[in-house]
Amino acid sequence: MKAIYALFSDPGSAQDAFDALRRSGPSMGIDAGKIVVVTSEPFEGYDFSDEHARSPMFPLAAFGGLAGGLFGYWLASFTQTSYPLPTGGMPIVTSWTNGIIIYEVTMLGAILTTLLTLLVTAGLPDYKPKLSDPEIWNGKLLVGVTDPPDGARAALEATLRQAGALTVKEFPAVAA
Amino acid sequence: MKKSEEQVQKDLLRPLFESSAGYWFAVAAAASLVLAGVFALLYGFYSGIGVWGLNSPVFWAFDITNFVFWIGISHAGTLISAILRLANATWRRPVTRCAEAITVFALSIGAIIPVFHIGRPWLAFWMFPYPSERGIWPNLRSPLAWDFFAINTYLIGSISFLFLPMIPDFALIRDRATGWRQKVYGTLSLGWQGTPRQWHRLETAMHIMAIAIIPVAVSVHTIVSWDFAMTPVPMWRSTIFGPYFVCGAIFSGIAALILAMALLRKFLRLEEYLQPLHFSNLGKLLLTFSLLWFYFTFAERLTTWYGNGESEMTVFWSTVRGQFAPLFWAMVTFNFLIPVPILAIKRLRTITGTVIASIFIVVGMWLERFLIIVPSLSRKYLPYAWGSYRPTWVEMTLMASGFGLMALLYLVFSKVVPMIAIWELKVGMQEPHHAGASEAVAAHAAPGKPAIGDLSS
Repeated sequence: MKAIYALFSDPGSAQDAFDALRRSGPSMGIDAGKIVVVTSEPFEGYDFSDEHARSPMFPLAAFGGLAGGLFGYWLASFTQTSYPLPTGGMPIVTSWTNGIIIYEVTMLGAILTTLLTLLVTAGLPDYKPKLSDPEIWNGKLLVGVTDPPDGARAALEATLRQAGALTVKEFPAVAA
Repeated sequence: MKKSEEQVQKDLLRPLFESSAGYWFAVAAAASLVLAGVFALLYGFYSGIGVWGLNSPVFWAFDITNFVFWIGISHAGTLISAILRLANATWRRPVTRCAEAITVFALSIGAIIPVFHIGRPWLAFWMFPYPSERGIWPNLRSPLAWDFFAINTYLIGSISFLFLPMIPDFALIRDRATGWRQKVYGTLSLGWQGTPRQWHRLETAMHIMAIAIIPVAVSVHTIVSWDFAMTPVPMWRSTIFGPYFVCGAIFSGIAALILAMALLRKFLRLEEYLQPLHFSNLGKLLLTFSLLWFYFTFAERLTTWYGNGESEMTVFWSTVRGQFAPLFWAMVTFNFLIPVPILAIKRLRTITGTVIASIFIVVGMWLERFLIIVPSLSRKYLPYAWGSYRPTWVEMTLMASGFGLMALLYLVFSKVVPMIAIWELKVGMQEPHHAGASEAVAAHAAPGKPAIGDLSS
């Protein structure tokens, strides 16, 4: 993967660059999906961030909880009917006590589903080289374009600089 | 106090790359206790757990006291962290990881105690529900089986809750480190890049986890209390044992958190991050729970005394003015009489004050667990079954090794992971940027608001 990117000192400038790339991208042959923002902390209230805010994690967690609860019911009742203990005339499958098992497995289902959804939707784990810069850890924000068309470099650099870029770089880094 | 992001990272990553002689001394001391515990365990396996001092009718003593104690301590972290996260309490940021780590380690220590208590831990798998040729399946109507589900759910949830916010910090270390560290942290970071999508997913996941983990934490100690409340033993069959145990668990948990934070502050030189404000706020929580604990203890004792049942009163008097009275009154003094004035008076609610109160509370809460278990078991309904109990060196060694293991795990963890979530701290430092994009917000934040880099905000 190759990329051209710029570092910005504040999220406002990064947002300007993001908007400029979105506007002028099509004329340079850049697909919106190739525009990348990388930060060392989360930002809210900016379009580059908020457009990713919607996710199916809550309903999926609820679904995972439901599936867990059903599994918990099956596990408890199957265990009890497979080896019926003497209960003195009381039910073999007991809803009062099984409720505790069902509750715990419901919560476990929700937790595991959330974990799995996070990994899948955030693309983790993924150990392939990715666009980044050590400077982001010092508070800089990275805005760039992956695999830009060969002829678009100058226009891209100009767009990024106009938005307030501190520096414009290439990825992988070009040896001096 | 203003610090640059670079300086904050340097401060918080320093313990990972530098170690003092004191650190290694502490590791050696903790490891020695753990080794002594391993020896005591092996001796117990060889001789039978009678060498622990357990005998009819007291089959549960230090071991189950320690089990309940450590499960209680585990309520410090994930539960408190989840509540503060959902309430968006900004002062939580330097505290949460210290707290969440306590949960995972204390829960692990608590969870292995029943495995050793069964005497033949290599047969622990008999408790798992799977079709076996023995035809003996676990009784899922037993609170001990509920423990298995509750503790494991809480443990898995707590490990996830601890690990998820560590991913961005692992990525930071990956990009800062060289050699083997870069490889290890590169693997642990799961290839984290830091795109807005990843940040949103991480924060949403943490939000869901926080919502899920609070009822799980409450259920865990409620179910631990039902180990007792479902058993026909004097002073155990109580309907308030669930909330009483949960209250005590959070109470001891906060005390343990304050102690851990004080030690980290001192030995990792985190004075600028773990500030008096954090101790004061946790001290207020501790005060609330001290009062609640006293209320529950009084309610529990009053209803027993008012009922005047013969067997219950035998246990009641053995704790209030009999054989166990010194321990009972020490418990009341340590959990209520000493901490309340310290924590209620603002001038005394300092770091030193909260640490002193917490030491008393941790000891007092251990005594509370002991006093729930041993007096009742030694004075059951039929006098012919009465007996006594005295701990042996084996049980005392195992108890000490539990504390050693906790210290060792915490020390090792502090060497591998920044004890304060760096990215979360940075979010707090840059709050105006995160409160909304508009320039108005940033302008509003300027006068009279905490400056960027003001870590006390």
